[in-house]
Amino acid sequence: MAKSQVAMKVNGKTVEALVEPRTLLIHFLREQLSLTGPHIGCETSHCGACTVDLDGKSVKSCTMFAVQANGADIRTIEGMANADGTLHPLQEGFREMHGLQCGFCTPGMIMRAYRLLQENKNPSEEEIRFGIAGNLCRCTGYQNIVKAIQYAAAKLNGVPFQEAAE
Amino acid sequence: MIPGSFEYHRPSSVQEAIGLLAKLGDDGRAIAGGHTLIPMMKLRLATPAHLVDLSGIADLKGIRADGSDIVIGAMTTQHELIGSDLLASNIPILRETSLQVADPQVRYVGTLGGNVANGDPGNDMPAVMMCLGASYHVMGKGGERRVAAREFYQGAYFTALEDGDVLTAIRIPVPPAGHGYAYEKLKRKIGDYATAAAAVVLTMSGGKVADCSIGLTNVAETPLWAEEAAKILNGSSLDAATVKRAVAAAEAITAPAADARGPAAYRTKMAGVMLARALARAKSKARG
Ligand SMILES: Cc1cc2nc3c(=O)[nH]c(=O)nc-3n(C[C@H](O)[C@H](O)[C@H](O)COP(=O)(O)OP(=O)(O)OC[C@H]3O[C@@H](n4cnc5c(N)ncnc54)[C@H](O)[C@@H]3O)c2cc1C
Ligand code: FES
Ligand code: FES
Repeated sequence: MAKSQVAMKVNGKTVEALVEPRTLLIHFLREQLSLTGPHIGCETSHCGACTVDLDGKSVKSCTMFAVQANGADIRTIEGMANADGTLHPLQEGFREMHGLQCGFCTPGMIMRAYRLLQENKNPSEEEIRFGIAGNLCRCTGYQNIVKAIQYAAAKLNGVPFQEAAE
Repeated sequence: MIPGSFEYHRPSSVQEAIGLLAKLGDDGRAIAGGHTLIPMMKLRLATPAHLVDLSGIADLKGIRADGSDIVIGAMTTQHELIGSDLLASNIPILRETSLQVADPQVRYVGTLGGNVANGDPGNDMPAVMMCLGASYHVMGKGGERRVAAREFYQGAYFTALEDGDVLTAIRIPVPPAGHGYAYEKLKRKIGDYATAAAAVVLTMSGGKVADCSIGLTNVAETPLWAEEAAKILNGSSLDAATVKRAVAAAEAITAPAADARGPAAYRTKMAGVMLARALARAKSKARG
């Protein structure tokens, strides 16, 4: 099958490549661009481990062809930390609040939380839970993920983080 | 799980898309958000040799008022439905339903056109469209035609669409101001298709139902318009005895499959429960 030329911006850098039309975006990111942050959890559009930010949307990159992302602006977990290595407030929040155990879901969780906080700067616990409902975590029970996102929201809003009473 | 090989096309006009689909015949398939089609292609339940991506066609986007109707471009995403002020103030059941479809990521990409064109009885929007009396604008070899949502669904994955047709827009008559509405969906978890769901739009006048329409999701091979049940409710105050008769009439037209969501009799019963809840909630929102 003839390959197609695609060009897109990934973590601020323009990339150009030839892809088979059937190449899924997740395989393109992981295998052609060596960005292995986005994970393949279920391959069936359910778990959200493959979530990336694409043109202002949280997208399951296992359910999109790379050709469909031609011209898009994409951000993966690799594009979250600052150039000097300091962490994004979400990454910091996940570390500080123990928002991960095995860490498999974390790249997708953080990319989804990133878009959620872009759209809603100060979400309630309920809004966070509804907002990350497309991301499954097998370890944490979500409690600390919610706290991690609240931590990041507080930090991004420049207010002190107050952990809710249990 | 890698889909079979295909050739990719990205037309920039509806005419071009229709031309391509007509030429490709059985080998071609339209792709919108791809959140039904790509999973099917991964499982090789669909193996199109050509995909015609509708996402480059500007005419298929957008939500606009047209007289007493609202017209929604087929490529409008569920996320865009949720964010639309025009819909929130005129047809709020669409926002309420969209929020119950799938999960956030799917809603960013999944389109209204794909949801109604797909013909899967599990999709939530078709029953809502039947409830609202919507019609679909379809472009094909023979030009444009309009098909009522209530006449569109023929069987599981069988619709009034012919090979090469593109559904371009969904036209919905705006329900009267002060109408009540609800979409009640029973599901096992977020991202699940309905065990059973019911859409209700009604208007009240002097404490009595002036007009009522009901759609049911995933309790037959097609979405259902429960015409008889609505007739029973017209003129009533939605008293318990009348609601009970209407629920029985709605349950009577269901023919669900037994699946992981439960045995057929359970799903029929749940359709009735969802309808009773939707009626109560719609009544509480209605003025008059
Ligand atoms: C995890 C998950 C959970 C989901 N849960 C739900 C749910 O709870 N409720 C629900 O309703 N849906 C659910 N969906 C389906 C989702 O809403 C789909 O996105 C939607 O049904 C199809 O829209 P699409 O734009 O993705 O269509 P596609 O997958 O691109 O297309 C679907 C079919 O319609 C045809 N088609 C699409 N657009 C047109 C057009 N304009 N003209 C002619 N033919 C067209 C295609 O050829 C294809 O056959 C879920 C999906 C996933 C992955
Ligand atoms: S790998 Fe994409 S949703 Fe699970
Ligand atoms: S930390 Fe293990 S799956 Fe979430």
